[in-house]
Amino acid sequence: MFTPKRAIFTASMLLAITASGSFAETPNLGKPIDEAAIANWDISILPDGTGLPKGSGTPAKGAVIYAEKCSGCHGDNGKGGPAAALVSDKKIEGISAAQKTIKNFIGDTTTIFDFIRRAMPFQAPRSLSDDEVYALTAYILAENKLIGPSDEMNAQTLPKVKMPNHDNFIIRFPDRI
Amino acid sequence: MARSGDRDGRGQTLDAAAGNGLIDRRALLGRGVVIAGAMGAGIGPSAAAGAEPLTDGPWSLEIGDPTPLYQVPSKFEAKVVRTLSNPNHEPRNSHSRTPHHFLEGTTTPNGLHFTINHGGIPTIDPDKHRLVIHGLVKQPLEFTLETLSRYPMTSRVSFVECGGNSAPMFAPEPMQETVQALHGLASCAEWTGVKLSTLLEETGVDPRAKWVIAEGADSPHLSRSVPMKKALDDAMVALYQNGERIMPGNGYPMRLLLPGYEGNMNVKFLRRLKLVEQPGMSYYEARTYSPILPSGKAYRFYFLQEVKSFITSPSFGATLKGPGLYEISGIAYSGTGRIEKVMVSADGGKSWAQAALQEPVLSKAFTRFRMPWRWDGGPATLQSRAWDEAGNVQPTRAEFVAARGQLDKPAPVLAFPNQHYNSITSWGVASSGEVKHVYA
Repeated sequence: MFTPKRAIFTASMLLAITASGSFAETPNLGKPIDEAAIANWDISILPDGTGLPKGSGTPAKGAVIYAEKCSGCHGDNGKGGPAAALVSDKKIEGISAAQKTIKNFIGDTTTIFDFIRRAMPFQAPRSLSDDEVYALTAYILAENKLIGPSDEMNAQTLPKVKMPNHDNFIIRFPDRI
Repeated sequence: MARSGDRDGRGQTLDAAAGNGLIDRRALLGRGVVIAGAMGAGIGPSAAAGAEPLTDGPWSLEIGDPTPLYQVPSKFEAKVVRTLSNPNHEPRNSHSRTPHHFLEGTTTPNGLHFTINHGGIPTIDPDKHRLVIHGLVKQPLEFTLETLSRYPMTSRVSFVECGGNSAPMFAPEPMQETVQALHGLASCAEWTGVKLSTLLEETGVDPRAKWVIAEGADSPHLSRSVPMKKALDDAMVALYQNGERIMPGNGYPMRLLLPGYEGNMNVKFLRRLKLVEQPGMSYYEARTYSPILPSGKAYRFYFLQEVKSFITSPSFGATLKGPGLYEISGIAYSGTGRIEKVMVSADGGKSWAQAALQEPVLSKAFTRFRMPWRWDGGPATLQSRAWDEAGNVQPTRAEFVAARGQLDKPAPVLAFPNQHYNSITSWGVASSGEVKHVYA
């Protein structure tokens, strides 16, 4: 029931909240949560390597995983199948997006790791271990001759691999960033 | 400006507004009866003499159907559906396109809103769904649908358009496809939810935060980077679509709404927002929505869906049934604000007349334009061109191709050979009344 006493209490609460500043008029129903509890969901990786997990993998290990879990859609040795080719020396001529490949277009190696980890395999996303994701990323980079055939990829080495198309982008609306 | 000389039956003249039969738009406003008179000119008592006597249909002579809990359109409207890119649910993405040529007004019915999903449509239990905001904040917070539903709500009408909408227009020859196939990856709805700035006020924002990485709870965990500028401007965590909970294909139980920005950035099934210093360069921003330019370079962070319009009636696939008065009608919208004006041409751009804009004209929303036209039965090329309040003008196809290029040969109509196409669409009307897609 709405009583005069409650009205006074409510009014004093409003004053107190308003006086406290920035949290003045929002319900504050969000439940505090710490980063440890978010860790299983926090798969964000930045191009400088921030967020890359522990673990490592080599092209040789990646080749085995690729043959088992990826080649059904992306073809033997990444040459393409029902899904896009992952290994290609094709150059971009004209404006068709169909020509985009990892080697001729993707600007950052972290994008490859990130997409495999969050979305692949198509039917079983998030089923690969971080070591497997590093190994698959290493395999794709090595097949594209962007790293050596025995180079290990980990949180330190992966962001240092320079992609050929890295500096070929124009920011369309810089004033909106 | 030529006078058409049309008489409306009361001795008034319908003013010609531009070549090939366009009539002043003011003829539409408060002069509907007059136009009806003009259309009826020549039909007198002698024509009515042979008219069929009216009879009752069976539906007027028996009790109708029971009332359903949730009503759906008449069975006679079965053709008014979306078209599907992946009807057999193969392991790849799936698009559905809005049938603009069967719709009127500016609101896309929820069942006909376009969708693109990259790993099927997740079946999300709303009681178990969580939205987490973390990263460069003072206090990471977790929200449920129930708690968000207790926040102050805001509603706004906003279009959402895929960055790849209209991609068939990059073909060097006009593809003979409906407005649904060409432009069906854009829709408009009233979205209701909680402003993102309200939630960020509660988490607090570290001044180093320049981007928000948004992530969905779908199987690809679709992720896009959004500038903090947009997050603190008009971004919304949307919970409702045209008054009811968001459709599963549109992001149930909650999605990010970024009015005027590329559809893919409006992350559906929203479960996580991480404030960071640099963009994440996710697959979709690093690859898919970075269009290749004729120079060989590519645009990155296109964000905006720029000013665009297209005529929905008449459009490809229609056949005009004889000379006479028609209404040219279509949709205009811009990611940078309200539509200022729409010009229409019936002679392939040689002359233009200003169309009537249906109120309300809302920022970053579909605006319906209308233009009366008397078709004389000869060839005509219908075009529309929109201006927005920020002064942006929809480019002609020649201007667009000069800047952005075109394909060497057409791609499959469901493919996305490039992105962010917004130039003029032209419909060619033949003497037979048949409407084709043309470049003019």
